[in-house]
Amino acid sequence: MDSLGIVVAFYVLSAVTIGAALSVFLLRNLVHAIVLLVLSFLGMAGLFASLSADFIAIAQILIYAGAISVLLVFAVMLTPLSSRNNANSLYVGPGILAGVAIAAIVVFTAIEVDWVQLTGDALRDRSFVDTIETIGDQLLGKHILAFEVASVLLLFALLGAIVLVTDPRGVGTDVTDDADDAPGATEEPA
Amino acid sequence: MTVDLSHYLAVSGIVFGIGVAIALSKRNVVAVLMGVELMLNASNLAFLAFSRFSGAFQEGTAPLTGHTFVVFVLTVAAAEAAVALAMAVLIYRRRETVDLDRISVLRW
Repeated sequence: MDSLGIVVAFYVLSAVTIGAALSVFLLRNLVHAIVLLVLSFLGMAGLFASLSADFIAIAQILIYAGAISVLLVFAVMLTPLSSRNNANSLYVGPGILAGVAIAAIVVFTAIEVDWVQLTGDALRDRSFVDTIETIGDQLLGKHILAFEVASVLLLFALLGAIVLVTDPRGVGTDVTDDADDAPGATEEPA
Repeated sequence: MTVDLSHYLAVSGIVFGIGVAIALSKRNVVAVLMGVELMLNASNLAFLAFSRFSGAFQEGTAPLTGHTFVVFVLTVAAAEAAVALAMAVLIYRRRETVDLDRISVLRW
């Protein structure tokens, strides 16, 4: 028997998250879809907080709702108006079918399996437990190798993104110079 | 009324299914990437739910491996978004389109 607050919070946050994710699928304008994707990320952060994952919830707000959404808006704004629609491709039927099938399998499994027998009765006491100290110990102790590999991965992703979008004909070249070259008539790409 | 592991797993599965549908059926590169981000988010929710409802959590001795895994998923998702969006901008600069139905060859 949970307190009423956690039950109400769970259902409201779930409705916000799922509704916003569905709107991302349905909306026609890609910029509106990004705004609703941010709402879905925020609802997911609330769900994380209801699982006593305070550090992950804050990191989710900073990284997903902050950084990744800004990246998405930049990618949309750097492409022209004509590509800002959120249209479906030819594979919309199989795509929806695959999504519904996966969701149905997971939901059926989640309902049918007797989780209390597998995980113990831990959910009855819902007092808040501090997690940051343990996560720090884990990251710099047992998982130190993965931690360092992740830092190298971030460095190479940063370098790769910069190298990809830098114009090979020299930094500072005006981007509008490329526009009046006919496609296909440009010189050898590097 | 109680909220337990199966509720969180059901929400996770539904969001993952929506992400799969978006990633498979959208035409714009950025929209496909949004579907992938939703799928990663849903998997994070499943990790955290299993970590929260495992028996060792309440004694304060839980290793919190699920939380640690989620930290790495967040890291890799940020790196992946940066590189994929840089590729989208590059593809637009060379092909004048980000329509996936028209980017169907590996050479040009």
